[in-house]
Amino acid sequence: MKQVKGLLRATDLIARDTIQYQIELSPALLTEIKPGQFVHVRIDQTAAHMLRRPISICDIDFEKNLLTLIFKVVGKGTAKLKEKQIETMIDLLIPCGNGYPLDELDAEHVLLIGGGIGVPPLYYLAKKLTEQGIKVTAVLGFQSKADVFYEDAFKALGDCFITTNDGSYGDTGFVTDVIEQRQLTGDYYFSCGPTLMLKAVKTKMQAVPGYISLEERMGCGIGACYACVIDKADDSGNVKICHDGPVFRANEVIL
Amino acid sequence: MSRLSVRLPGLDLKNPIIPASGCFGFGKEYDQFYPIEKLGAIMIKAATEKKRLGNKTPRVAETYSGMLNAIGLQNPGVDTIIKNELPFLKDKQLPVIANVAGSTIEEYEAVAKALNGSGIQAIELNISCPNVKEGGVQFGTDPDVAYAVTKRVKAAADVPVYVKLSPNVTDITVIAQAVERAGADGITMINTLTGMQIDLNSRRPLLANGVGGLSGPAIKPVAIRMVYQVYQAVKIPIIGMGGITTIEDVIEFLLAGASAVAVGTANFQNPMICSELIDQLPFALEKYGFTSAEEVIGKGHLNE
Repeated sequence: MKQVKGLLRATDLIARDTIQYQIELSPALLTEIKPGQFVHVRIDQTAAHMLRRPISICDIDFEKNLLTLIFKVVGKGTAKLKEKQIETMIDLLIPCGNGYPLDELDAEHVLLIGGGIGVPPLYYLAKKLTEQGIKVTAVLGFQSKADVFYEDAFKALGDCFITTNDGSYGDTGFVTDVIEQRQLTGDYYFSCGPTLMLKAVKTKMQAVPGYISLEERMGCGIGACYACVIDKADDSGNVKICHDGPVFRANEVIL
Repeated sequence: MSRLSVRLPGLDLKNPIIPASGCFGFGKEYDQFYPIEKLGAIMIKAATEKKRLGNKTPRVAETYSGMLNAIGLQNPGVDTIIKNELPFLKDKQLPVIANVAGSTIEEYEAVAKALNGSGIQAIELNISCPNVKEGGVQFGTDPDVAYAVTKRVKAAADVPVYVKLSPNVTDITVIAQAVERAGADGITMINTLTGMQIDLNSRRPLLANGVGGLSGPAIKPVAIRMVYQVYQAVKIPIIGMGGITTIEDVIEFLLAGASAVAVGTANFQNPMICSELIDQLPFALEKYGFTSAEEVIGKGHLNE
């Protein structure tokens, strides 16, 4: 892991309160990154915000050397990130955590299940899986039509079903409703989203091996402070989401 | 003696910059960013007798110019720390100050005894953790209890004992004098101030523990005031901490009477901060008219 500064090449509002950053970084650094890893972003150079914000890696463009991050404005820190202008430097710890275990994956078809701001890490994963010749089907849930993003991007890689809680776009209901109604399955599933969604997904997909990616308020982001832990399923204690995760086998942790 | 070096009981420090306990793990993670043998010393994460799993999450919340934490002393237990963590620091030849915590006086004593012969340079007796139900801060808010636990640990330990004081008291000098009488070799101060943040959407305290410890630049003036008062009240040396983010903050703590400083929360914002402060210190000494770090200690007092 390194602390680097990257030039913000683009910042766009791609859905309600949802910002996409494109940050220029060195090719050597970008090739190290695995799908499912995250960056820990410093808000600014003042002492107003002492904690960085963990943001998952959404995509990498190796032709332009750009890292894509997507985040939702939920508080004062992310509101400041939203205000950043292009051509400013963004201070990152990168790459953080462990990614999805792509090398050991024996699969022909996987199901990607994302909710809200849990969708972005599944995109780079979908790209890497399809590069390996694995078929992907995505089920993406959002609150409402205004929150939907990356539908076309996922559709370019495989089947993609969008659902909204209020029914204003795509199917109506939760991602688990779509899986049920459309009888979707795969050799593996990968899921990222709110804890309640992950719980429902885990229950629904019991018969299928899966990996989930977790979110928690973090301190250091590198495994030193023990802020972001989750209990292990085998009663042997807890693991650090930032350092041991954020990706875990679905049956490894207690949600 | 180089102009950055400072001498305290058991600690011959090449510079006065130390990462604070709980913010730096056992050093490995930060060694990715710079060689940690550059530090004056390391205050390692608190050790209890047995493994502790800590509190429920969320355990941290950002506040303006600071943060609240309620980790709850999670650690693998003192024996595992000695076996798995100390060898790395020994290889680095980095002086280790081991933070000792407990729920009972007996536990504090047992942890201190377990550390005998482990190669550490000093103990930081943590009688000020605000985030555990039993022990912790209750030992640091009553001068008689603080005296008793310091005396027991001092008798059990084979290295100098620094007592970490809580700011959550009416008069910190009373506690400082009590631990000095009990034989403490030094004082580290301040631990976090208790605080709370309430989430407007859930209408509940944001931290799972409810209360947490406030740290970061927000508490620095409180820490400076307390170091200044304790410097006048005791003769044993002080390692000062509380919201340090800049080299000016370091000079200010030394002026208040600290012989060395610890940097905590700032490591989260900038993992390079301790290394940067060490690099900046010679220039700051020159800028403010000093020839050595030791010369600055206590110079903020009227009679100095």
